[in-house]
Amino acid sequence: MEKYINSYLIVTVFLLLGIAFPIFVLWLGSLLRPKKPTEEKETTYESGNEPVGDSQIRFNVRYYLYALMFVVFDVETVFLYPWAVAYKQLGLFALTEMAIFAGLLLVGLAYAWRKKVFKWNSI
Amino acid sequence: MQHFWDKSLSWGTAGIFVAAAIGVLAVVIFFVTYAIYFERKFIGWMQYRKGPNRTGPLGLLQTVADVSKLLLKEDTIPKKADRGLFILAPALAFIPSFAVLAFIPYTLNLQFADLNVGFLYYIALSGITTIAIVVAGWASNNKYSLLGGMRSAAQMISYEVPLVMSVVGVVMMSGSLNLRDIVISQEGYFWHWNFLPQILGFGIFLIAAVSELNRTPFDLPEAESELVAGYHVEYSGFRFAFFMLTEYIYVYAIASLTTILFLGGWNSPIPALDFVPGLIWFFLKFAVIVFCLFWIRATFPRLRVDQLMGLAWKALLPLAILNIFLTAIGIEWIG
Repeated sequence: MEKYINSYLIVTVFLLLGIAFPIFVLWLGSLLRPKKPTEEKETTYESGNEPVGDSQIRFNVRYYLYALMFVVFDVETVFLYPWAVAYKQLGLFALTEMAIFAGLLLVGLAYAWRKKVFKWNSI
Repeated sequence: MQHFWDKSLSWGTAGIFVAAAIGVLAVVIFFVTYAIYFERKFIGWMQYRKGPNRTGPLGLLQTVADVSKLLLKEDTIPKKADRGLFILAPALAFIPSFAVLAFIPYTLNLQFADLNVGFLYYIALSGITTIAIVVAGWASNNKYSLLGGMRSAAQMISYEVPLVMSVVGVVMMSGSLNLRDIVISQEGYFWHWNFLPQILGFGIFLIAAVSELNRTPFDLPEAESELVAGYHVEYSGFRFAFFMLTEYIYVYAIASLTTILFLGGWNSPIPALDFVPGLIWFFLKFAVIVFCLFWIRATFPRLRVDQLMGLAWKALLPLAILNIFLTAIGIEWIG
């Protein structure tokens, strides 16, 4: 039990140090670096041209489709890992069950493939 | 670290844990400094150049000079950027990358946190960095950044699926997610290491890992010839340095994980060589993988964006699922 608590305590220590380090270094940098902002420095970079319009716009729906596919298969992996850990005790029956489950998801993959979700046309 | 695990919590053990974490941070920063140096040096040699050789003896202080320059550079934040998110993004990228290092077992006696969720801990935390990259791309309010951030997110989530699935075979063979148990299950001769029985999974893992690291040939998010630098175009000074640091810490984490999951961790290739300490074996395997990453970068051209997603979903994912069932059948037959 102590080992369990201590392990997560170490994770917490790493997390806190990971938060403290950027704050410390950026604070240290703010003491050392110059600060002379001008109008030109603060414009958005666009290969030397005057920036045109805004960039926080609606973007291609294709990214959303990838996110959907990711959610489907990531949930599958959540199911796969406990199965894999216990596989040696479960045996052939669990293998058949997993084959059915993966088969159902592969149908989804084949559908997305046929609908040309994985075809990248522009940008 | 082992004998501190079983002690009940006190200020003394907590202090030791803090000291250990600071030690890991120092080691990692040293690793990143010299990984960048050797990367430039090796790529230089492979292209008949000398690489950095001016700053310090043999150019050894080149990265140190680069980092101190970044620390002294003015920090510009564009007026149109979303200030809060712009400042948050580099820290948000760095924090999970460092927290990932808490659970890596270097040898039987040198490991910090012993987590039973093991590999899933890495997957869960490294996913947060993807969010940081999208945030950076969006907050910069720059067209290159937005494209780079979105591409990066699409790429990282696409390759995460085969990466996670390729490890399922290893987990089935050792019957545990705990990295310690996975290494212990690979004891014996080098053909007991997972990379031979899991050769398909090993290949998928390596390809997906290079892509997760956003390194050549999968460095489209920061393709300098088309997107300038991708999601960190607008970042300067030490905020930019944090993105670079994150990238190289993930190189460290992936090289360690490949060593542990597929190359037997601290085990020696044949039992006759057991007198060499495990840490040296771990480091040798680790160094070979890091070298291969540099080698790949110097050798392969960048993929086209339309080939990238197809590779993840049409080739690697079906192969990873096939690998799971091949492993299951193998366990049924051989036992």
